[in-house]
Amino acid sequence: MTRRQNKVLAVSSGGGHWVQLERLLPAFEGMRLFVATVEPRSAGGAGAERVFRIIDASRWEKLRLLRSAFGLLAIVLRVRPDVMISTGAAPGFFALLFGKMIGSRTIWVDSVANADELSMSGKKAGRVADLWLTQWEHLAREGGPQFRGSVF
Amino acid sequence: MILVTVGGQVAFDRLVKTVDAWAEEAGREDLFFQILDGSYTPTHGTWQRKVDPIEFEARLAEADAIVSHAGMGTTLRALALSKPLLVMPRRAALGEQRNDHQLATARRLAESGRAHVAMDECELAERLRDIDSLEPLGTIGARASESLLRAIREFANGGAA
Repeated sequence: MTRRQNKVLAVSSGGGHWVQLERLLPAFEGMRLFVATVEPRSAGGAGAERVFRIIDASRWEKLRLLRSAFGLLAIVLRVRPDVMISTGAAPGFFALLFGKMIGSRTIWVDSVANADELSMSGKKAGRVADLWLTQWEHLAREGGPQFRGSVF
Repeated sequence: MILVTVGGQVAFDRLVKTVDAWAEEAGREDLFFQILDGSYTPTHGTWQRKVDPIEFEARLAEADAIVSHAGMGTTLRALALSKPLLVMPRRAALGEQRNDHQLATARRLAESGRAHVAMDECELAERLRDIDSLEPLGTIGARASESLLRAIREFANGGAA
């Protein structure tokens, strides 16, 4: 039986967030992949159908974060993904929130850089992620986040 | 060539300054620094504030050793390229980042034997003396652990969380 290919939208900030997301993309082999990140040039090898540029912002830069969120809303409405994944940071949280609103199945993989506690966005992501993951076994809790492995 | 990088977010003068001081003492010029908007500019080797991502990838691949802040981007790339990596964590108390997550990362990297770690400038200066004989600590492939990829793939295909 054949069925329509899943559309996946993968979202991340730059630097380590992107390097980690890139290492997760093989999970979506055979699906239609769309990427939204800060530095589209670094996503050339990701095999995405389309790479969107997003504005990076931390949760302390309210106006910038708002602009980033609006950009992501437009991307989410345009792609209408079946599945969304983010490795953070703050813009990724908003992306998953919008994804939930249109019925996407959402995945948050907290950055491996958060070894002592989840990131702020990672804590909040529990509310918008259907699959909520930490990369550290000692941070896994009953009711989430779960530990299923790491980007290493 | 030794590649020194502060990552893509904020300057890290303490790292740049310590490596430059070592270069002065050791008479080294075979360094490339990426320093962002740091107020300290190196006096040895060459430097740039920002490096285009594709050029940066090439510089990583060419480097004999990488000296970096304890950021995961550089760490994962260095490991994937099997490069000797020496990291020093940023400190929140010194205004180098908002919280001390790099301190936690650095400790875990040291514990798991994935990177050479200097917790402060003194340790960094000491480790730099042996930079030419620094060994790469293991290597990783181009993708995440199979268990994590499987968990994500199954969920994407409609499996339960």
